[in-house]
This record gives sequence, C-alpha cells and structure tokens, in this order.
Amino acid sequence: MTRIFISKDIAALAVGANKTAARLEAEAKARGLAVEIVRTGSRGMYFLETLVEVETAGGRIGYGPVAAPDVASLFDAGFLAGGAHPLRIGRTEDHPFMARQNRLTFARCGIIDPTSLADYESLGGWRGLARAIEIGPAATIAEVLKSGLRGRGGAGFPTGIKWKTVADAPADRRYVVCNFDEGDSGTFADRMIVEGDPYALIEGMTICALAIGASKGYVYCRSEYPHAGKTFSEALGLARSAGYLGSNIKGSGLSFDIELRMGAGAYVCGEETSLLESLEGRRGIVRAKPPLPAHKGLFARPTVVNNVLSLVAIPTILEHGADFYASFGMGRSRGTMPLQIAGNVRFGGLFETAFGLTLGEIVEDIGGGTATGRPVRAVQCGGPLGAYFPPALFDTPFDYEAFAARDGLIGHGGLVVFDDTVEMAQMARFAMEFCAIESCGKCTPCRIGSTRGVEVVDKIMAGDRVSENLALLEDLCQTMKFGSLCALGGFAPYPVLSAMRHFPEDFSPRALAAE
Amino acid sequence: MVEAPGWDARRAREIIAEFSGVEGAMLPILHALQGEFGYVAEDATPVIAEALNLSRAEVHGVISFYHDFRHAPAGRHSLKLCRGEACQSMGSEALAQKFLAGRSLGWHETSADGSLTVDPVYCLGLCSSSPAALLDGEPIARLDLASLDEAVDEALAEAQA
Ligand SMILES: Cc1cc2nc3c(=O)[nH]c(=O)nc-3n(C[C@H](O)[C@H](O)[C@H](O)COP(=O)(O)O)c2cc1C
Ligand code: SF4
Ligand code: FES
Repeated sequence: MTRIFISKDIAALAVGANKTAARLEAEAKARGLAVEIVRTGSRGMYFLETLVEVETAGGRIGYGPVAAPDVASLFDAGFLAGGAHPLRIGRTEDHPFMARQNRLTFARCGIIDPTSLADYESLGGWRGLARAIEIGPAATIAEVLKSGLRGRGGAGFPTGIKWKTVADAPADRRYVVCNFDEGDSGTFADRMIVEGDPYALIEGMTICALAIGASKGYVYCRSEYPHAGKTFSEALGLARSAGYLGSNIKGSGLSFDIELRMGAGAYVCGEETSLLESLEGRRGIVRAKPPLPAHKGLFARPTVVNNVLSLVAIPTILEHGADFYASFGMGRSRGTMPLQIAGNVRFGGLFETAFGLTLGEIVEDIGGGTATGRPVRAVQCGGPLGAYFPPALFDTPFDYEAFAARDGLIGHGGLVVFDDTVEMAQMARFAMEFCAIESCGKCTPCRIGSTRGVEVVDKIMAGDRVSENLALLEDLCQTMKFGSLCALGGFAPYPVLSAMRHFPEDFSPRALAAE
Repeated sequence: MVEAPGWDARRAREIIAEFSGVEGAMLPILHALQGEFGYVAEDATPVIAEALNLSRAEVHGVISFYHDFRHAPAGRHSLKLCRGEACQSMGSEALAQKFLAGRSLGWHETSADGSLTVDPVYCLGLCSSSPAALLDGEPIARLDLASLDEAVDEALAEAQA
C-alpha cells in the first residue's frame, strides 16, 4: 500500500485539491493499485498547491501543482515509485523554498494528519507539556521569559512578562484567551497552523494554563475561517476524549478545558480588549487601558491574551529549552517568525525563518519577484495598518526594531507584494476606507478622521487644490496617530504617510505640475 | 404581528434557551439563530434581552455592531469576495466591479430572483492565492472573471437541479 499525501488546507481546496484527490483515488482503483490517501495540512508552498506527495524509501517525493487532469499522466510516469514527471519537485524537504527555512513552529504542519493524535505524538507532540508539568509553573514562566519570545500578534510584547503578571495577580479565576482573529490582510499563519497542527495550539494553551493557574481557555476564531473552526473543534473533542483536556490531565493534577468561540466579522475584535468585550457578549468597543487585561481581563479576571503563533511557539520552547529557541534571530527579536509572502508574488506561501533576513531577500530571492513578472514597486508589511516599503528600503532586516526605525512594523509577519501597476494614492485611500468601515467608533479621530481621509484623498486624486489637500492629509494623519485609543486609528496613517513619502509621484503629478 | 419570512418564534426561543448558563452567550446565540434562519429577525431582540437580562437597546446595539449578522434573509447562495490588499495586488477591485456589473448588483445586494447575495470581505487567509472568495462557505482562489463566473453559475445551477 503506497501512501499519498494531499493537503486539505483551504488554500489547497480553493484550487481543487478535493478534485485532484478524488481523481487519484479513482485512477488508482481503475489501475488496480493499492493506495492510501492521507489528507494533511499544507506545507505552505501555496504556489505548488495542489501538491501531491508520495511516500517512497527515499522520503516523500512531491509533485505540483497537480490539477485533476494531470493525474493520469502521473500514474503513467510511475509516480508511486517517485518516477520522473515535469511536475516532480523531488524530495519536498529539499525544495529550495523548504530547505532554507527554520521550521520550529511549523515542523509538523503539512506532514501529519492534523487531527491524528498518533501522528502528533509520534512527531514530538505533548513533550513540551510533559516538561512543563515536570518543572512546574514558576520554572515554565522563567523558560518563556528566557526564550525572548515576543507576542506575534503585532505588538511584540514579551510573552513571559505577560504570563508572570497574570500569574502574580491575586484572583479566584484566571483565563487564557487565544487571539485567533487574524484580521490582517496578507496573513494566514494562524489559519495554516490551526488547520494543519491544531494540537500544537491546545498544547501551548495548556502549558500557559499550567503556568498562570487557569482552568478555562477560549479560542476566539474569526468567522471568515469556518474550516479552521471545524478542524479545531474536532481536535478539541478528540483531545478531550484522550484525556489531554478536562480534569486531571494525564494524571498531572492539572484541570483545564478550552472552548472555541466564533467572531462575527469585525476587524477591531482582534484588538485584545475589544475581543474580550466580544467574548463577554457585547459590542467590540475597545477598552481604555489601564487596567491591563493581565490584571482585569475576561469577566474582570486576570487574563493572558496571546496570538496563535505566540502560543504554538511554546511547546518547542519547553521541549528544546529557551536557549535553543533564543539561538535563532537577531537583536531583541529572538526565535523564528513565520513570514507570510502574499499578493502579487511568484512563490507565495509561508516561510518560517529566524529574524534578520532583509526585505529584499524575502521578496526577491525567496518570493521570486512578482507573479506578473513586472518589477516590484511596493511591499506592504504588517497588514492593513502597516507601511508601504519601496525597493529603496529593501535592505531593512526583518526585525521589530529595524522596521520601527523606518516607520514601519512587522506586525503579524504578512508581506504583500505589488507590481508597478499599483496606484499608491488608491492604496492610501483604501487604508482610510478600511479604517472607516472597521472603526469601533469610540474615538473621533478614528471614526470621523478616516472618513475625512477618504474624501481628502479623493480630492487629491481629482487634482483639486493638491498641495493644500496633501498638507491637510498629513495633518489628519498626525491627529489620528496621536488622538486614537488603539492601533486601528493610530496606525491607519502608516500606509497613508508611507505611500505619500515614498511614492509622491502618485499623488496627482499632473495637477501638481499645473499649480 | 406578522412574522418575518422563515422565522419561527417558538424555535428561536428554544435555541436561545439552549444557551442558558453559557458565559457570554450573546454571540453564540446570534450565530445559532442566523445558522437556523439565515438572519436574525427583529423579533429576536426582546427574547434575547430577557434571556440575558439586558435592555433591548443593548441587544440591538450588538446585532448591528457586527458585520456578519443580517436583519433580513439573504439570497439562496452567498458570495464573499475578498477586497483585502493581497487580493487587490492581483486585480480584485477590477474583478469585483466587472463581476458585479455583469450581474447588475452592488456590494451587499441580493439579485432580484433571490438567488445570490454578494458581500465584500477583508481577507480570507488565501492571500498567496489571490484573488479569492468564499462561495457558499467554500474557498475559491486564483480567480479571474471567467473562473469566478463559472463557479457562481455552477452553484446557481446546482440549486435548480
Ligand atoms: C485593530 C487591531 C487589530 C488586531 N488584530 C489582532 C489579531 O487579529 N490577532 C492578534 O493576535 N492580535 C491582534 N491585535 C493585537 C492584540 O491587541 C494583542 O496585542 C495581541 O493579541 C496580544 O497577543 P501577543 O502578545 O501574543 O501578540 C490587534 C490589535 C489592534 C489594535
Ligand atoms: S482608534 Fe478607532 S478602533 Fe481604536 S478605539 Fe478608537 S475608534 Fe475604536
Ligand atoms: S487579502 Fe484576500 S485572501 Fe487575504
């Protein structure tokens, strides 16, 4: 029986993975060949989906992208024994896109059957939890602190400090909340890991619960991710039946359970206090800080709110030790970051690497330039509130501080590539429009300013008193930056100002020349 | 009082009652109601308010805050077209305009025969395979006008058969 692996990640389903799998099964049957098709998560090489991998004595041999009509020719080429074919990429691990990565968090993703507990255990699953149980809460927190892990949701706050604050806060109950709202456009790492290796999140949250003394956890999943929600809820059920959730987990005395909650299409609910309001059943209006969620979070109890990627990094840190994790990276950015290379790019996908690669290396060498084959003109880094970088800044290393020094942010690690047909004034307008649509409405600069911003960009694009309106736009951005309670209104100016600064020629050159 | 189409007040009460004892039950209730009826009717507001010990205004405020909850039934098929930046970098804005014009629809509108509702979304996590959409909850990607039209027509035809 030959084993064949095909992803069921939605980015594979979206390009016909189910059809490819069905055709493979039918074709094998017709030819009287015994195959077992295992559905996995994605390897993250989305440019190769649908990727078909065959288990051979020499490892898993990949073929991609395989559409249903290609299947017969794969059999003709003897792909079950790794035969030559134009779509053959060789051993998947040896593909240049894979070989250059440091897959710590995503080590299992794309390899295992996501909800198979046997698969999870056989590739190191639950070892981090076992060590946390062994060393106890205080030493677990110390390990996380020492690893240098910073929150991957965007703000980059040290995870160990957050955990310690919650653990030290006196309370009758504490909560761990996983932020799976992943609202940033151009990002999909949370989705990919939850679809591809959901037990890693369960393990990370359980370690957190042990460290801070929580017995209940919530995962807040955005409603745009129904498939990930389904996979995670299946994983929760299986983990519970196997004794990895519930009371007295694996005889450790630890009791902890997780509930999945779906969001309802509000970007601002990714902001941690808005998320907590939403979990409590209210409108997602941002809370003023202090109090911090670590002191008064969910139902006014001390609460850890962590991004999915922060939590799934935890089992690795516990299993292999803080020093191992911290040995990757640069400066104060330790460990690895799953980059999400997206948009108009040839080799788009998830690339987990130590901090420190330059933007140019990521976009040109790894991403292979644009999908359209035209020159790269701009890269938006860090989601819809992130700055646009021109190729002139491609020497910027991927690091929290280096990006901040250039008025940018790495956010959740999304990089959206644009070719030279992009109209930057249009993108600036969109940033304001998005802010207006998603504003929670609490602060005037964000709620009203963003709508004004759209109008002002429209005037500029129409050539109406351009220099005056450019000054007005700049002014408006400063007001939003300093007068907004949260980063939605506070950071929406970044894409706008960076577009104006780095691409001034797009802000109505003809009208400007005429003035 | 005339009941809204497809709405069953008794069933709605049953659903709401199932969540008694759940912490922060509001969103789970609203999702369950919308899952059952396709929208959340105005009639639900006082029932939820009573169950959760809130004012009607508070419940109404929540329903209207979130983009997902509908006040009226949607079309039989749903298309959520992505307008996020990654999809824009691959021409999603022009694609959306052409698609909508071809069906004489605007954003958030339902076709006259009630077969299709088109809504914008801001990222589906398919950003390396842009432009992308969810059609009746299933992902489709690397779209152009021809493949989008084909997928939508196929979905519409299935319902007829
Ligand atoms: C408008 C807005 C949206 C946000 N969206 C997300 C999100 O989708 N996912 C996330 O993890 N953090 C998001 N954040 C950051 C959270 O507020 C918070 O910093 C994070 O969840 C903390 O987890 P971490 O320390 O593990 O990063 C958002 C912040 C703002 C202001
Ligand atoms: S900046 Fe905008 S989203 Fe943030 S709290 Fe103020 S109004 Fe709400
Ligand atoms: S921006 Fe369209 S799927 Fe992410």
